[in-house]
Amino acid sequence: MAAAATSALPVREGPARPVRLLRGRVVVILVLLAVWEIGARFFVSPHFASPPSEMLLALPSMLATKGVPAALALSFGELVAAFAVSVAIGLPLGLLIGLSGASRRTLLPIVFLLYAIPQITVLPLIIMLSGIGPAAKIVFGVTHAVFPIIFTLAASVGEVDRTLVKFARITGASSWQVFRYVTFPYAVPSFFNGMRLAMVGAILGVLLAELYVSSAGIGFYTRLFADSFQTPKLFALVFVLAAMAVVLNEIMRRAEIRFSRWRNG
Amino acid sequence: MNDAAAPAGNGQGRLVQLLFYVAVLAGWYAVTRAGLVNPIVLPPLDKVLAAIPGVVASAQFGADLATTLFEVFCAFVLAAVAGLLVGYVVGRSPRRIAEYEPLLSAVYAVPLVLFFPLFVLFFGLGIASKVAIGAAIAFFPIVLNTIAGFANVNPVHLAAARLMGASPGQIMRHVMVPSALPVVTTGLRMGLIVALLGCLGTETIAATGGLGYRMVALAELMDTVEEYAYIVLIIVIAALLNALAGWAEARAHRLMGAR
Repeated sequence: MAAAATSALPVREGPARPVRLLRGRVVVILVLLAVWEIGARFFVSPHFASPPSEMLLALPSMLATKGVPAALALSFGELVAAFAVSVAIGLPLGLLIGLSGASRRTLLPIVFLLYAIPQITVLPLIIMLSGIGPAAKIVFGVTHAVFPIIFTLAASVGEVDRTLVKFARITGASSWQVFRYVTFPYAVPSFFNGMRLAMVGAILGVLLAELYVSSAGIGFYTRLFADSFQTPKLFALVFVLAAMAVVLNEIMRRAEIRFSRWRNG
Repeated sequence: MNDAAAPAGNGQGRLVQLLFYVAVLAGWYAVTRAGLVNPIVLPPLDKVLAAIPGVVASAQFGADLATTLFEVFCAFVLAAVAGLLVGYVVGRSPRRIAEYEPLLSAVYAVPLVLFFPLFVLFFGLGIASKVAIGAAIAFFPIVLNTIAGFANVNPVHLAAARLMGASPGQIMRHVMVPSALPVVTTGLRMGLIVALLGCLGTETIAATGGLGYRMVALAELMDTVEEYAYIVLIIVIAALLNALAGWAEARAHRLMGAR
């Protein structure tokens, strides 16, 4: 969804005084936590919000609730599967669209057409076809994750510097060598950018389906904790899921930076 | 989505899309007429098409449509106002960018729909919880793109305008806005789309009305003909909103003299 949003910034990591920047950021986070703690403790009914301290205290008992660790593990497995399937579909498709003009003209419009369909409209169909088990969640995750991979790969492979390709050709490189030594390295950073967006999409898709099918898994426990006003546990569960998302995203971002390094010398 | 969108806009791309539409509809018709799939899973195309006028004319569809559009509108306006303000304030200072942009990007990576149970707890099952979550989801692409837009204003242009004696208002109107606008409007457009998806998606999880809610309710009643009619209509509405946003974007660019 958000290819243009984050990667275009030139001032990503500030140039000077990283300690001061870090301090500023930590201060912001601490202020937010304090506001939350005070607000939740004194101004809001404990049924509706838990202060961060209670949320942390509820973490062990939430994880000890029967079935919660299994549900978390299952969701994580679905996430990995959805991501793997998306790469397995998106990688060849993206390369094909990016490398050949004919497939760019025929396949890309179709991919755009499919992308324009709000995924949520197909969720009831997916569940009707594949049940309420892990398969439906994986499929729904794939519908969110496959498009960023296709788009970023197709765009980056298609935009490889023509001069470099011509130069490689002139010096006698075969098509395969052009791909291996010019096009592919050129596309790798964008590919990782696409993978990061795909991970965000996969998390969104899998968890949305989990929340939707609330008879089992994470969706069941969020509903259970919310309906029985075990608010600290609900906050703790959401916190664990959010932490999982942040960690996975950070891994992807590191990989992206690592593989883009050659570009900036 | 992004610049890769360009090749799909031409006539040839449209033709391919049209052919694909026809092929899908023909396949749907053939498969259901031949009795290859259970009509509960996939009802015949002609029945769904025949049901659409009745659905559109029904009072229930009108109410659902109004609910969803109202939610999306409120969510988008809230997100746009907050996102543009915060984005402008942060984007004008390199130091604030370095401090807050990574923070905002990190939160952007968390699927906010996770927090939907909390939103329901705070705002109830009605419209308010959808507006709140839609606004929260739409805020991030808007704020990040606004930051990017104002951060990338060419300092030489700013200095030149200042040297020639432009007032702050003139600098804003003739230098900053035209330069930042393309990126900012991309963010607004993404914001509108995710606000729609967020509202529709959360309606399916817990709601009392709206298009997403109705679609799921019909699925649970096994009224698949009407369900598919709703799905078709939702897709059409999403496409219309997207086209409207694209039109507004192009018009804003023309008006403000952006690239």
